[in-house]
Amino acid sequence: MSVMTYIGAIGAAQQEAMIADERVIIIGEDVEANVYGTTGGGKQRAEKGDFVEQFGHRRIRNTPISEEAIVGAAIGAAMTGLRPIVDLSYSSFLYMAMDQLVNQAAKNRYMFGGQSSVPVVFRSAMFYGLNTGAHHSDRPYPMFMNVPGLKIIAPASASDAKGLLRQAIDSDDPVMSFEAVPLWGLKEEVDDTEYRIPFGKARIRREGSDVTVVGISGSLPLALKAAEAMAEEHGISCEVIDPRTLVPLDTATIVESVRKTGRLVLAEPAHRACGATAEIAATVAEEAQDALRAPIRRLTAPNMQIPFSPALEAQLYPTTEKIAAAIRQVAGLEKTAEERISA
Amino acid sequence: MLRKADLQNNTLLEMQRRMIRIRLFDERASKMVKRGYIPGTVHTSIGQEAQVVGACMALRKGDHITGNHRSHGHPIGMGSPLGPLMAELVGKATGVCRGKGGSLHLADYAHGSLGESGITGSSIPIAVGAGLSAQTLGEDRVAMCFFGDGAANQGVLYESMNLASAWKLPVIFLCENNHYALSTPAHTVTGGRIVDRAAGFGMPGVRVENGQDVLDVHEAVAEAAARGRRGDGPTLVEVMTYRFREHSEGLRINVDYRDTNERETWLARDPIQMHRAWLIAEGVATEAELDALADEIAQEVEDCVTFTMESPDPEPKVAFEDLYTDPYDMEAVQ
Repeated sequence: MSVMTYIGAIGAAQQEAMIADERVIIIGEDVEANVYGTTGGGKQRAEKGDFVEQFGHRRIRNTPISEEAIVGAAIGAAMTGLRPIVDLSYSSFLYMAMDQLVNQAAKNRYMFGGQSSVPVVFRSAMFYGLNTGAHHSDRPYPMFMNVPGLKIIAPASASDAKGLLRQAIDSDDPVMSFEAVPLWGLKEEVDDTEYRIPFGKARIRREGSDVTVVGISGSLPLALKAAEAMAEEHGISCEVIDPRTLVPLDTATIVESVRKTGRLVLAEPAHRACGATAEIAATVAEEAQDALRAPIRRLTAPNMQIPFSPALEAQLYPTTEKIAAAIRQVAGLEKTAEERISA
Repeated sequence: MLRKADLQNNTLLEMQRRMIRIRLFDERASKMVKRGYIPGTVHTSIGQEAQVVGACMALRKGDHITGNHRSHGHPIGMGSPLGPLMAELVGKATGVCRGKGGSLHLADYAHGSLGESGITGSSIPIAVGAGLSAQTLGEDRVAMCFFGDGAANQGVLYESMNLASAWKLPVIFLCENNHYALSTPAHTVTGGRIVDRAAGFGMPGVRVENGQDVLDVHEAVAEAAARGRRGDGPTLVEVMTYRFREHSEGLRINVDYRDTNERETWLARDPIQMHRAWLIAEGVATEAELDALADEIAQEVEDCVTFTMESPDPEPKVAFEDLYTDPYDMEAVQ
């Protein structure tokens, strides 16, 4: 075990996979100079581009700023023997490659009756909350949840980032990895040895009996903090769940938890319409309506573009306080003392 | 000059065989659209057989191609058997894509066909990726993408040409210039000559003026393939050709967008008739032998239709297969 940051764990998973399998290559803008800190091999954000030394220029390549061709070439390479990792840096840049992601990566295996497999990973970082303005702040994972054929991971901790990304690289299907930049510096003890986290298995980060709280990506640590505060301040016992992968999505674990608690609060940094939390809320409504003792609450970004000014941006995302308020509300604390649940 | 001296007689005859295969397959497919056996529509390669076969036969086993909506000729050019292709057009269980691709999305991996694409230009970077894997893995193969004069104006082509050239990938960009993007004359929407765009990316550009001559096409593409295998990078080959039929079967356009003289000039340059005359003149085959070849292929097409019509429809559950490499959770879609 050693202490790794979230971004360091992503680099560690890439390095591990590059060592384990010569078919793994990394392509993307500025990967050789390790500009984003995932191709340096260090446990912390590395400063030296030593992936190039370790693996050579054939296996780690800077690309032109041509997202459509990069993504398409990675798909073609994956269909013919390589296992590429494409570093697209900002997730807002995915749109440049939309045709390749949606019409080729997601559809080829299906359209061709299973003749092809497309073992490729598309990594992109969600730089929200950092005053990067509307063209660099997207959290677009819900759009891709609507594209059958893609798998989607959204790690919320260093250890999950390492294990999920490793599983993604080993996967024979196209996987999109949405990495939350606000979590880059998050540190924890991470297993140095190789391990993989299976897709479609939510992680219960905190057990509880009164309210189920689901946090997605960067909202998960906020949900944990809110749960801790609610336990201390009000004696409310929250069960905090991280789905970890959005496709496949482990709704069974969430439904089971709601059957126990009867209350559900959901938080994610994406826009509200058709978000991951909308999908989860709908599934719970379909499968466990009878168990609900309060309306489901969702904390999301509004259906609004992201402004630049620090004075404007921060209010748009879920915060620990907003999640805590929602927990209090579903637990009845925002109403009367009589309506409060017994701790 | 590369002609009979450089190619074996059986190769020269195989060219004729594959061109006739495309012609008769597509003629039959057209009839089957008309009679309602093939749902939707098809885009035939009739008139463009030399361009397709000359290019495909310049490749080797292990090489890859990607293609476009004018899709049947490419796998046939690579040597695909006809039965599973026709079954795919009709949507049968025995189709090469299990009935899930149809005419627009044929692929036959066993014969190097990585997939046709219903999105114009979309399969171009896929071939670049096949070139990337060849180079990275040190495998002696090349990849070729077919695209039309219409796709030549898609931005993805230029991103792809730049990437292939910067990395010196073994890729052949094969532009099938049949002069029309559906009803739009290419010259009205294209600045300059397509072939000249190669220079901007530091790669050779070759234009095959007589794209109805299978040997001319073959020669240009063979040279491009050799360049790729030598590690000298990609080539753009623009082949001037003409589709003899409408853009797609059953499509009726009231405006006569193609000049009658132009059409007649091109119809007189039938690639199959031209190669037949050449084979006879050069003593490669006799008229009787070539007639027998055509009869043989006619029978093959009959057989592929019989195979198709006798094949079962796919089971409904097949719609839920092949999305991922792991089995789809049926409960999740109920």
